Amino acid sequence: MSSSTVEKSGFSGRPKGESGIGAWLTTTDHKKIGIMYFFTVLVFFALGGAESGLIRAQLAQAEQNLLTEEIYNQVFTMHGITMVFLVVMPLSAAFFNYLIPLMIGARDVAFPRLNAFSYWVYLFGGIFLYSSFLLGGAPNGSWVGYAPLSTDAVSNMAFYAAGLNIVGVSSLAAAINFIVTILNMRAPGMTFMRMPVFIWMSLVTNFLLLFALPIIAVALFMLNADAVFGAQFFEPGTGGDPVLYQHLFWLFGHPEVYIMILPAMGIVSEILPVGARKPLFGYAAVVFAGAAIGFIGFGVWAHHMFTSAIGPVARSAFALSTMFIAVPTGIKIFNWVFTMWGGKLRFTTPMLFSIGFISMFTIGGLSGVTHAIVPHNAQQHDTYYVVAHFHYVLFGGALFGLIGGVYYWFPKVTGKLMSEKLGKVHFWTWLLGFNLTFGPMHMSGLLGQPRRTAVLPGELGGTVEIYNLLSSLGVVVLTVSALVFLFNLIASIKGGVPSGNDPWDARTLEWLTPSPTPYENFPIIPTVTHRDEFWHRKYAEDDAGKAIPVPAGAAEDHDADAEPEHIHMPDPSYWPLVQTLGFFPFGYGLVYGNFWLIGIGLAWLVIGLYGWIIEPLAEGDDDDPVDEPARPGARAGAH
Amino acid sequence: MRETRQTRAGSRRRTRTVTGIVVLASLLLAACSGEQNALDPAGPFAQGPHDLIVPVAIIAAVVFVLVQGLIIYSVIRFRTRKDDDGSLPVQVHGNTRLEIVWTVIPAVILAVIAVPTVQGIFEQMDDPGGDDVLAVEVIGHRWWFEYYYPDYDIYTANEMAIPTDTPVRLEMTAADLARSPEQGVVHSFWIPRLAGKQDLVPGQTTFLNMQADEPGRYLGQCAEYCGLSHVNMRARVEAMEPADFDTWVEQQSTPAEVPEDGTLEADGRELYNDLDGRQACASCHQVWEDEGDARAAGQGPDLTHLLSREEFAGAIHDMTEENLRDWLEDPNSMKPMQYEVNGIGMPDLDLSEEELDALVAYLLTLDPES
Repeated sequence: MSSSTVEKSGFSGRPKGESGIGAWLTTTDHKKIGIMYFFTVLVFFALGGAESGLIRAQLAQAEQNLLTEEIYNQVFTMHGITMVFLVVMPLSAAFFNYLIPLMIGARDVAFPRLNAFSYWVYLFGGIFLYSSFLLGGAPNGSWVGYAPLSTDAVSNMAFYAAGLNIVGVSSLAAAINFIVTILNMRAPGMTFMRMPVFIWMSLVTNFLLLFALPIIAVALFMLNADAVFGAQFFEPGTGGDPVLYQHLFWLFGHPEVYIMILPAMGIVSEILPVGARKPLFGYAAVVFAGAAIGFIGFGVWAHHMFTSAIGPVARSAFALSTMFIAVPTGIKIFNWVFTMWGGKLRFTTPMLFSIGFISMFTIGGLSGVTHAIVPHNAQQHDTYYVVAHFHYVLFGGALFGLIGGVYYWFPKVTGKLMSEKLGKVHFWTWLLGFNLTFGPMHMSGLLGQPRRTAVLPGELGGTVEIYNLLSSLGVVVLTVSALVFLFNLIASIKGGVPSGNDPWDARTLEWLTPSPTPYENFPIIPTVTHRDEFWHRKYAEDDAGKAIPVPAGAAEDHDADAEPEHIHMPDPSYWPLVQTLGFFPFGYGLVYGNFWLIGIGLAWLVIGLYGWIIEPLAEGDDDDPVDEPARPGARAGAH
Repeated sequence: MRETRQTRAGSRRRTRTVTGIVVLASLLLAACSGEQNALDPAGPFAQGPHDLIVPVAIIAAVVFVLVQGLIIYSVIRFRTRKDDDGSLPVQVHGNTRLEIVWTVIPAVILAVIAVPTVQGIFEQMDDPGGDDVLAVEVIGHRWWFEYYYPDYDIYTANEMAIPTDTPVRLEMTAADLARSPEQGVVHSFWIPRLAGKQDLVPGQTTFLNMQADEPGRYLGQCAEYCGLSHVNMRARVEAMEPADFDTWVEQQSTPAEVPEDGTLEADGRELYNDLDGRQACASCHQVWEDEGDARAAGQGPDLTHLLSREEFAGAIHDMTEENLRDWLEDPNSMKPMQYEVNGIGMPDLDLSEEELDALVAYLLTLDPES
């Protein structure tokens, strides 16, 4: 089959632009897609942050009414949805995208067009959710969306059900992509136990996504059907069961917690050894603890429902499983601390954020154990004590780790360093602002302040008011800190100091290749002989375990003299973007119960799929290559 | 230079932590008088969980100090020093014995904590049994709590009267229309000083045990997000000496008095029953006037002895003449509700000044003390 006949078979050819906006819209390059994830996350982070600002402004003093109850309820609901589904999860996806192929020594992910598809679905799902503000009000039934409140039309939760299902498609497609990539595309010699811990944690996370997302998809479709089409799955008046929704939601919702934290744990496990200049303490234990957390994470969901309609036996069982999951978490914390032990620590910004991660996450882990004391959980549940707990896990944990990762891999992406001075200002203000915001919430919760309340009741007393004021001041500090970060980011992209290829004296494969990463990632695919392959190309250990540098040049790839490889890179494509637009009519159809729109959306998605399937290849396949384009160096649009 | 900065930063963090703990502790002490304070139990069903969490909190504090201490020590001790020769540290890959230690010790601690936790769960949930247990049915509505005393056939709202030193067994569900699970949403009943919270689920029955040692007014509120006016759904328990409780039961078991004909109050009662085409108060609220009539739950709070309660509208407004008048004039400005959208809450009745005067005068007669 000649390439010219292939060319004619599709609805269109392949996009040809290699620069400008068109190249971004049609890209299938995992690096560009990772960068697009990152900047989209920044926008949603600003929105979610603004929402938290409104929340804290309202609660800064008792009985304030800057926002009406109606608006406040929309704001806190969207804050939760945004931070979970549009910030922390896709920020992890940004790292998966950029780093997984690089760290396993591959040129791209297994399914590059599916990767682009995941990004566009995420972006459009986010836009879809936020369009609700312009279409009669945002969802106001909280991010957990408990039925039957959320099936009442006034809650606007149809947008939540349809919107999260769209965003879920993105994560599900990405999960399959990353699992296949990690399992099949590792460089020669990279056995499982030679994989970087970040790759391990990514693998576990994406398996969690693969198994957890279908559960919430079912719950959300049932919710959507109840809210819009009168299905009554959760309607007690006709035999439906509100508690069923809670079980389905948390069967997803608890693995979701680990989906958010494990990537950050992986990042910290990469940064700490580099910052301490010694290998991760107990690699195998950290890896297996992460996998264990993934498994046990599916068996603790009802600890979110200790005060719901479940009996003492179920409460006891989930109390035990919840305590049990603290064990592998503890293993990780001690292994990280002992990674630092005996090292020569360099307090770069990524290292500071990683140490901050261990410290803050420990607090969240300890308050988590107190939740497992079920009789007292009945006091803590749905109070600000819980708000404090999960922010210590997801902000003090996940976000600290992810931000550390931004500083750490920024030179990889741009070939420049971020300002260390501003980075340290960012870290210390971030740490201060974070603790000022969320530390006092432990106390305000135990003193009786329930969460999701649109005003701070004056009857809770002056002490609770002081704690709330401190929390609100904390958000001011965090805002300043975030602006420092943003400034640092932009200024460093424009005028950062050149970093060289290996600014941190790093250990893993992504630093083997030049920074910024060339289009084809690796001119020659490396052959792996060690865990921390790149480190072992630079250093050898003497008999006493002391590391000594190997002679210059030995760090070059073993196959440097071999013939240049045939490099096959994925072609850009229109179809991921075009097809994904079909989610708009489909989603609005589900919200408004309009079968025409649903039909148009489905038809669009199916036609898009066909266009995708029969799309021609630009350069033929490896069995029948057509003239290869200029060598990849010419396509220097990689960042 | 960099290293000394790091040291200073480390000690700054320590100083801040210590200051933080001192500030937190002092604020905590100052807080003990709060009436919605989960750290200040006032009955056995709140004391039990409290006694369980205190040792756990101490263990957690020890682990906290240990881990943070290890982190701070490592940061200071193993920083790269000024006179560093640039060589690499010893490349330790792990230590199986140590790793077993920090796997087993936490597991043992947790196993020890687990035993009283499971015992506590059953103690907390078991029916206390016995003849002296007071049964109260709690129905969560958007956005107010209704209480029914099956032994005495009494309906009331927002404020629950209980005798001291008597176990109370709450039998709870949620509904918006009277006693029908339709439209009901999940709520949670929480009086922190007397017991932990328990959700109220439409179509299902849940139970909660409660007991007050001392007379007093115990504050609480709905703790499961239930929509627009969730924050305005408060709960109170008025614990009284058993003798006072008997008096209360007697008052509540007496029908409301009908005002004399020709008075403003009597006009108000007419309006209460017939608002001339607008939705009459009586269609949702019951005033029980005749022992021969059965008492029944309404869609809105029972008003038979309205003035026996200190607060109204989900216990967010004091029971004053002025507040009642404002409420009838424009209920949504006093408490956001959704009657126009989905029938939940109090409708705006579009009352004239004269009608307001009469209705308020009538409501003020619903006082068992008068």
